[in-house]
Amino acid sequence: MLRFALRRMALLVPTLFGLTVLLFFWVRILPGDPARSLLGQRATPEGIAKVNERYGFDQPIWKQYFLYVKALAGGDFGSSIKLHEPVLDAFVNKLPATIEISVAALLFAILLGIPLGYYAGRHIGGWLDTTIVSGSLLGVTIPVFFLALLLKYVFALQLHLLPTQGRQDARMTTDHPTGFYTLDGLLTGNFSAFTDACAHLVLPGLALGTIPLAIIVRITRASVAEVVHEDYVRTAEAKGLLRGTVNRRHIMRNALLPVVTTIGLQLGLLFAGATLTETVFAIDGVGQYLFNAIGVRDYPVLQGFILFIALMYSLINLLVDLSYGLIDPRVRVS
Amino acid sequence: MTTPPDVLVSPASSGDADSSESTSGESLWRGAFKRLRRSPMAIIGAAIMVVFVAVALLAPVLAPYEPASTQWTNLSTPVFVQGSNSEHLLGIDRWGSDMLTQLLFGARQSLIIGVVSTLIGLIAGAGLGTLAGGFGGWVDSLVMRFVDILLSIPSLLLAISIAAAMGKSSFALMVAIGAAQVPIFARLLRSSMLGQNRSDYVVAAESLGLRRRTIILGHVLPNSLGPTIVQATLNLATAIIEVAALSFLGLGNDDPAVAEWGRMIVSGQDRFLVAPWLAFYPGVCIAITALGFTLLGESMREALDPKQRR
Amino acid sequence: MSGDYLSGRPDEGNTTVVGDTDHDGALLEVNDLSVHFTRHGNKPVHAVDEVTFSVGAGENVALVGESGSGKSVTSLAIMGLLPKRGVEVAGSVAFAGRELIGLDESQMRNLRGAEMAMIFQDPMSSLNPVVPVGKQITEVLRRHRRISKPDSVTESVDLLQRVGIPDPARRVTEYPHQLSGGMRQRVLIAIALACQPRLLIADEPTTALDVTIQAQILELLRELVSGTGTALIMITHDLGVVASLCDRVHVMYSGRIVESNLRHQLFARPRHPYTGGLMESIPRLDQARGLPLTPIPGSPTDTLAWSQGCAFAPRCPNAAGDCKTQTPRLEMSDDRALRCFHPLDTEAARIGAARG
Repeated sequence: MLRFALRRMALLVPTLFGLTVLLFFWVRILPGDPARSLLGQRATPEGIAKVNERYGFDQPIWKQYFLYVKALAGGDFGSSIKLHEPVLDAFVNKLPATIEISVAALLFAILLGIPLGYYAGRHIGGWLDTTIVSGSLLGVTIPVFFLALLLKYVFALQLHLLPTQGRQDARMTTDHPTGFYTLDGLLTGNFSAFTDACAHLVLPGLALGTIPLAIIVRITRASVAEVVHEDYVRTAEAKGLLRGTVNRRHIMRNALLPVVTTIGLQLGLLFAGATLTETVFAIDGVGQYLFNAIGVRDYPVLQGFILFIALMYSLINLLVDLSYGLIDPRVRVS
Repeated sequence: MTTPPDVLVSPASSGDADSSESTSGESLWRGAFKRLRRSPMAIIGAAIMVVFVAVALLAPVLAPYEPASTQWTNLSTPVFVQGSNSEHLLGIDRWGSDMLTQLLFGARQSLIIGVVSTLIGLIAGAGLGTLAGGFGGWVDSLVMRFVDILLSIPSLLLAISIAAAMGKSSFALMVAIGAAQVPIFARLLRSSMLGQNRSDYVVAAESLGLRRRTIILGHVLPNSLGPTIVQATLNLATAIIEVAALSFLGLGNDDPAVAEWGRMIVSGQDRFLVAPWLAFYPGVCIAITALGFTLLGESMREALDPKQRR
Repeated sequence: MSGDYLSGRPDEGNTTVVGDTDHDGALLEVNDLSVHFTRHGNKPVHAVDEVTFSVGAGENVALVGESGSGKSVTSLAIMGLLPKRGVEVAGSVAFAGRELIGLDESQMRNLRGAEMAMIFQDPMSSLNPVVPVGKQITEVLRRHRRISKPDSVTESVDLLQRVGIPDPARRVTEYPHQLSGGMRQRVLIAIALACQPRLLIADEPTTALDVTIQAQILELLRELVSGTGTALIMITHDLGVVASLCDRVHVMYSGRIVESNLRHQLFARPRHPYTGGLMESIPRLDQARGLPLTPIPGSPTDTLAWSQGCAFAPRCPNAAGDCKTQTPRLEMSDDRALRCFHPLDTEAARIGAARG
């Protein structure tokens, strides 16, 4: 297991190296002078000189890359052109909001997706299976931001059921020790703040969770349908085990293996989808920050955020792979 | 749970029908086509696709107005948005353009960007995958590490970073969306290449002294065709959705003369309360078109899957 | 490893003597069993038809036939393991006097694993890959015998010991992929025999194994069923397996029994041309070298529908005109049965005499 973990972690090194190289060159293919790209159109000559000195744009290319990596290693991910704040600080500040809606979306997708997928997989060809499959296909083909708009229109503006903006009722004054509003509500003992924060997560969670839901449903369905025909399930039936035991220990434990990997892959989709969802629901998270940065061509923010998100995505997938090793003994040993 | 223990052994696997299975390539395709024609999913998908392509090609004929003819010059209250009426079947947008016309021309834009970007992804990805799977060794490692790096960036973010670097144009959109598809095709081609490298017909071709390139181009690639076509069909759906997403993020083509569904949603978004149809129609168009390609792609995948053959 | 079982007592192959018919009724009585697969769009497949046989307590019976002859389907029907959808099972399966066809699902589950157990063909895929082998044994013990967890663990170690797995205390914590094919089949045998069932069905238990392992597994099976009162139905296409284990043989072809007899009599004088063909196609050491094997011509798919005539007729050396126009019935007399118009040897009297 340890060797598997180490080897899997070692694979991260070339990925990180390649990622920094890509992002390094990305700034250089931007139209115009790289220093100007990093400083914006109203850059002063002094500012340009300063950036040139820091990133060494007048030096040979390998040295430039070295300086870039050195800055990264020192925690310097550049500064926003428009907001004049370090990209790292901005990312850390905005992350809790994005994690909250991502978790909400993932919970929705998993808690609904696995039972639906299981049912469909056990009843392939039945009318409910057909309905579930059609629904999941529709789920992946509705654009996230369009779905977000629809949800906002129906549930909030027409039915007045749920909040449509932000993370918290504007009239509420609360402390935010962690930045996770749901957690803050619980920690400060302010229960109404907690329920309010949860209510604000419902619609964004639904909008963001629909694609992962559809994908989890389909993978679970296919996996269950395949496992059901495995010889070991027949063995379990021949042992006269109770239906519940056969389902849990022999079908689901095997059927969930590919689902776990899928859930890891969904996290990338969530971060990307958050850009769209947060914008529609005016949630002050990583996604909206990125959206605003795109609008004003704030390249340092783009460069830094893409690096962060790719890093997090790689780390999460590493964790998923490692946990896969825990649940599948075949991986653990080989 | 009242479900019976499901199929434990299928009759086909218990030995009654293990000898009449034909495996020749031609009958695989013919069989797949036969299964496709029986599948309602495939028929609906194909119908949507045909309508979509026809609309895209015939947009100038079908559209009641000129695409870019914003009528605000002869309209007294340009900001007033009309719903459907006898003159404008689906109403007009805030600039006075006919919605139906815009939707029809939007199909054209989606088709062009979708097809070109998928082609870009397919050619680049298939090239890389063939290289990796065909040559193996260090070429394979190098290519796959590169693909891993691309995969470590979520595809929409990859597209965003490319589109942001290239500026607002349809071409930028195509390259951005196409690039995001490269890893998918690269992996697909590589794995089907590796799967077939050891298969009997390749060994047979090698023993006949055929050159490696000839084997790959003449034997291995044609056999990877099925999964590639399936993937391309599914990617067309993704591409159409991503065009809209990038437009929504302000990275699309902002030439007002070019109608584009994603941008129509964005501009309709402001008036969602008073005129929800402005965003609703293009959104539905995107969803239905993407659904059509997805249905077709999924049913092709099922039809070509040997496990599904009954 | 497993020296006890390897020591082998080759001459004791016929230790279990079949007495006269058990007058208290046999352990398992299969009567006119039929299994039809009905898939929408296709015409129904008659996988098994008119199958009748019985197994006495402690008796070892073989179902022999090529793949597609319906022998596996018969055993799955007995175990109640056929899918519920698209399958029609008719006839009667009485187990210790209790009708199993139509028995409700939960009662069937109480019987399976406890009273009747089954071993499958492929040990590589028949164990759950993500559950330790020990757990796969204890779960059947705990399900049917309701014993405590520590007791079930002790017992599973004991069971592994009995099926000849070395270092069983360590093996119980291992996963199936850490075991060889032969070991896995031993584990499956341990699972099947855990609750000392009255009936064990072994569906080609050695087909997927190396030749050297096959003999060990057969020896182990014989060792475990003889003397315990467990009856065995051995399903196989290999008459060699039958020769070492079984008292009675039922030969199946295309879903029906074509010949039944005591093993010695069947080997001494096969009556059905198909049985004869099977016997001529096994290599024998006692035959002169250089003598070619005689395969049965044609393939098992080369059949006639039973409703039209004899399914074996297209491949049969003895086939005559009536074989293709009339359906032969299974003629029963004493302890043998035959479904053929033109058997290999018409002097039926000699068969009875041969046993005497």
